[in-house]
Amino acid sequence: MNDATILSVRDVEVAFPAGGLLSRQAILGVAGVSLGISRGETFALVGESGSGKTTLARAINGLQTISAGEITFEGQRIDTLGKSAMKPLRQRMSMMFQDPVGSLSPRMTVGDLVTEPFRIHGAQGRNLKAETKRLLSLVGLPPDFAGRFPHQLSGGQARRVGVARAIALEPALIIADEPTAGLDVSVQGEVLNLLNDLRERLGLAMLIITHNLHVVHHVADRVAVMYLGRFVETGTTEDVFDAPAHPYTAALLSANPEPDPDRAHDRIALPAEVPSLLRRPSGCEFHTRCPWVQDRCRTEAPAPADIGGRRVACHFPLAPGARPPAHRKEPA
Amino acid sequence: MGQVRRVLREPLGAFGLALVVLVVVMSIFAGLLTQYDPAGLSPRDRFLDPSTTHLLGTDQLGRDLFSRVLFGGRIALYVALVSTAISLAAGIVLGLIAGYGPRWLDNVMILLFDALKSFPTVMLALALVTLTGPSLTAVMVVVIIVNVPGYARIIRTQTIALKSSEFVMAAQSMGASTARILRVHILPNVIGPIVILASMDIPVVIAIEAGMSFLGLGVRPPTPSWGSILNDGFANIRETPWIAIAGGLPIIVTTLGFTFLGETLRDIFDPRLKGR
Amino acid sequence: MSVLAIETLNVTFSTEAGPLHALKDVSFTVPERRIVGIVGESGCGKSTLINAILGLLADNGRVTGGRILFEDGNDLVGLDPTAMRALRGLRISTVFQDPMGALNPVISVGRQMVNIQYRSGLSKSAKLARATEMLELVRIPDARAALRRYPHQFSGGMKQRIAIAMALMMEPALLIADEPTTALDATLEVATIELLKDLQRKIGCSVLFISHHLGVIAELCDEVVVMYAGEVVERGDVRQIFHQPKHPYTMRLLECDPARQTERTRNLPTIPGEIPDLRARPRGCVFAPRCTLAEAICAAPQVERDIGRGHRVRCVKAVSPAEAEA
Repeated sequence: MNDATILSVRDVEVAFPAGGLLSRQAILGVAGVSLGISRGETFALVGESGSGKTTLARAINGLQTISAGEITFEGQRIDTLGKSAMKPLRQRMSMMFQDPVGSLSPRMTVGDLVTEPFRIHGAQGRNLKAETKRLLSLVGLPPDFAGRFPHQLSGGQARRVGVARAIALEPALIIADEPTAGLDVSVQGEVLNLLNDLRERLGLAMLIITHNLHVVHHVADRVAVMYLGRFVETGTTEDVFDAPAHPYTAALLSANPEPDPDRAHDRIALPAEVPSLLRRPSGCEFHTRCPWVQDRCRTEAPAPADIGGRRVACHFPLAPGARPPAHRKEPA
Repeated sequence: MGQVRRVLREPLGAFGLALVVLVVVMSIFAGLLTQYDPAGLSPRDRFLDPSTTHLLGTDQLGRDLFSRVLFGGRIALYVALVSTAISLAAGIVLGLIAGYGPRWLDNVMILLFDALKSFPTVMLALALVTLTGPSLTAVMVVVIIVNVPGYARIIRTQTIALKSSEFVMAAQSMGASTARILRVHILPNVIGPIVILASMDIPVVIAIEAGMSFLGLGVRPPTPSWGSILNDGFANIRETPWIAIAGGLPIIVTTLGFTFLGETLRDIFDPRLKGR
Repeated sequence: MSVLAIETLNVTFSTEAGPLHALKDVSFTVPERRIVGIVGESGCGKSTLINAILGLLADNGRVTGGRILFEDGNDLVGLDPTAMRALRGLRISTVFQDPMGALNPVISVGRQMVNIQYRSGLSKSAKLARATEMLELVRIPDARAALRRYPHQFSGGMKQRIAIAMALMMEPALLIADEPTTALDATLEVATIELLKDLQRKIGCSVLFISHHLGVIAELCDEVVVMYAGEVVERGDVRQIFHQPKHPYTMRLLECDPARQTERTRNLPTIPGEIPDLRARPRGCVFAPRCTLAEAICAAPQVERDIGRGHRVRCVKAVSPAEAEA
């Protein structure tokens, strides 16, 4: 860890109670992950639904208590902080939620929404009207939008309001949960460009949570791929995209339909359904769906290892351009 | 103001509003509309039929029925508005606490609401009056006890639904206090339906007050109340029907007025019709 | 032969702020045994179009012109509700984004699948056998046991496959699939697309596939209809649309797909501006206000032109490959 690190997550676990009232059984939504984000860096968490990426984001933001591990933000341990002790830190870390419109209070005007952080953290000495104007212009909305209500906004406009609110207090870190979810293709780029632009101008660090790998490619410096609450591969975006080392990463990358009818779809098909968190598979938890599975994977859990500048949890990391073995019985 | 225009556009709503305005105006200006003391006895003028001097005639004690109806309206509206307002406030606060608070508190409060709700109104009224004696306060307490659980449950259900919504989570992540989340982010989104429901409950409250006064559990004589006028009319129905009519008519008019108005408001604010 | 032929369809909604022209002169056909994709962004009129085909327009919406010809030239516009109900589910079936719209949570999957066969004269056991067969076809493991289970006992991907099985059970002539893979994860999405393609071939029906996901459309569809602000701006063979897009909107839309950007960039292309207010449509090209290529001529009303081999474009500036040579 160096001075530039503003967020550090170490061996964090999030447990949810499962089963009946008297059952002590718990499922691990996040099962021991570690990451660090430096000032001005964009880190992407990628995974499919149920992989624990949103839970992890909420844990970092203190909306979800963790059952093990520690989270340090700007040199201060935050997972043990109470609500009031956490409050001043919330000015330094803001979070954007998935639904562009649904994350805005429906009875509040845009002007009230973007200045809500000032009202929560003390608006003394601030001219809220001027702040509204400044924030709206930062995200490229005309000042007369201040009087509109969320339901009068398009998805892209609502997302801009969300961004304006997130940067209001000039935080050091923005956590963005699916920032392009629910947006049209022609608007997705707008939002990503805006986030990139603000990141550069304000020196923000960002944690972006997404299932869209194409998004990651263009905005993130580093990426972590999550499966069943664990990181299976972490590395720089270039490395991971150029040559995925974990079979799951490779499958995710190949699962993105590209807008070209003639492209050969040499796709890595993932058979079977995602296992339940209640009954985690033995050994490597990806073995039930892995096209390259071998006997060792079924019994022995792979320890994350550093391979060529990235961390991979796999017994048999892929060579660049590896193709799945041709013959493979489809499991029922 | 737009809402008033929308109410007026509906014939039923306009009619309801007219009735309500009529009742309210007549109650407020009761002192100007009649020169008779509603409690002033005049034994010589018993059981007079309606005439230009006594618009609705007189009762068994010679009191002017028109002025008793007007002043009775004050009592009815006072009870209805004050107890509904208190029920609303209490229902909203309790509902927000139950809905946003911890699970165990919610369970305890729901148990309490259901227990209160399961008491029959008349039994409740009798029990209370046995303890405190008949009074206007007793009537209002009964109304509040009857109304609060229902209001609180509605607020609670909506609050629970909003508690996990993204905009509430966003407020939490910004560091907003619980009080601020409830006041700024949840309350404005849950208050609409309950206000409309309360406006539709006003005729019920008026009926409860009249009913309790009719049974002698409410307003004490000689204070006029529509229920006690109706009771007088019932006791003297062999002498004249006018007393019963004078007590019953305003109850019907007011009930209809508030019901029509409430129904129209509900239709206007029905979220299913929004955005059309 | 086409299963569905939409001819200059116009739909108008009456709103408080005046009439809203939601669909304007929409024409396209769904040929037999073909998959036609409709692509467009929010507000392009996709849902209005589906509702118009199914006779499910909201009370304030009305078909103000055009025809929707189904199978043997039956016009679905103005068809009486009973006849429409008889077509829905039997000859035209639907799959939506949320499979729970098609599944009743309190009835077992098997009973639901038997129930929807009420119009067939088969015996109960034959209907059950058919249901098992369909579940096997959509690759639900242990189909026989699955029939006894309830919808919530299946994962999201499986629920959508069951919904597809139910939609195709009566072997409809046309399947309307409205964003059926949007709620699914990428790995499940591609699996579902492949399944759909496979089933379409086996059953021999036509599919009208609606999606905002260009990659999915490119992979699945034979023909593509591009919609913008309630108009068809371009249509043609999937290769014509994806390899030689001629309408500026299509070109820009394809550019915007981050998947097209193979080079890593921090400056992604966008289409600035908003769709016009459909209560006050521009007289000329509906895309002109956002079009970087717009000229004076674009202010005149646009007509759809065939620029060769069925590739139709609603843009005066679009030229056929032959014209471009000259």
